Amino acid sequence: MRLVSHRGGEIRPTRSVRARVALAARLSLSLSHTHTHTHTHCAGSMVVDWTEAERRAVTYVWEKIDIDVIGPQAVASVLIVYPWTQRYFGAFGNISSVSAILSNPKVAAHGKVVLNALGLAVKNMDNIKATYAKLSEFHSEKVNVDPDNFRLLADCITIVIATKLGSDFPPDVQAAWHKFLDIVVSALSREYH
Amino acid sequence: MSLTAKDKSTVKTFWGKIAGKTDELGAEALGRMLIVYPQTKTYFSHWADLSPSSAQVRKHGQTIMGAVTDAVGKMDDLCGGLASLSELHASKLRVDPANFKFLFHCIMVAIALYFPGDFTPEVQVSVEKFFQNLAFALSDKYR
Repeated sequence: MRLVSHRGGEIRPTRSVRARVALAARLSLSLSHTHTHTHTHCAGSMVVDWTEAERRAVTYVWEKIDIDVIGPQAVASVLIVYPWTQRYFGAFGNISSVSAILSNPKVAAHGKVVLNALGLAVKNMDNIKATYAKLSEFHSEKVNVDPDNFRLLADCITIVIATKLGSDFPPDVQAAWHKFLDIVVSALSREYH
Repeated sequence: MSLTAKDKSTVKTFWGKIAGKTDELGAEALGRMLIVYPQTKTYFSHWADLSPSSAQVRKHGQTIMGAVTDAVGKMDDLCGGLASLSELHASKLRVDPANFKFLFHCIMVAIALYFPGDFTPEVQVSVEKFFQNLAFALSDKYR
């Protein structure tokens, strides 16, 4: 794995970094035995490696889900499972009970907005950082959302997808999807200062 | 975030529903954790096969889920009920407690796969709180 700085020059890793990279390489599970990696420049100084199998897995999940169903369920879920997230939705009307949240049209509409935005990352897997730069700034400056919430919503999206896909969500697909959401969360958190 | 009476009753009722599948859920969860969070494999370097189909992985997943099921009956005093398991994890296994949430996430994914209609957000919040309290009790003896 090459380490590349954001200016494109190669970084010489320290011994501890080399040790970590070697350990990661030994431990990493390749999803396809034909290691075809496509390198891409992404967040900070680390290159994001997508194997072809990982790309296929993320696209596979995206094509299988109905974002008009998943979005509303995931956002409703995050408001119920992590009730402190309700702090950001004061303008949404009644979210005072589980049934109110589940039937609230603004919650559902926001779910669709969120999943549509996630679709941008699916279509730009090689450039998620740049894709979300403005959105990250927006969440930091205008909406003032604690970026920890992105991880909470990502986990809810995953659980809702699991309820819909069942056996179409095997471990290696889950792993690729998780890696994808990790990068999305990281990109959305990036412009906070 | 302490367990309310409602949480405890929700978890007990839900565990009754999933009782027949806990072996599979455990096997599924551990197998997934090792792939989705590959850093967790460091604790199993003594096993030759860490794939989800490995007999060792499946059996150990069942063992873990058995202990989780056991803990459902100890929700009134998780620290007391899990004292010896906590000792084991603290002194012998020395699993970094940061990893517990990874396994719990994978247990919930497994539950969502097998019981999509039953694992509603209301059930999820109580189950997650139970797992959080379980993780706390498990790390109680660490220091």
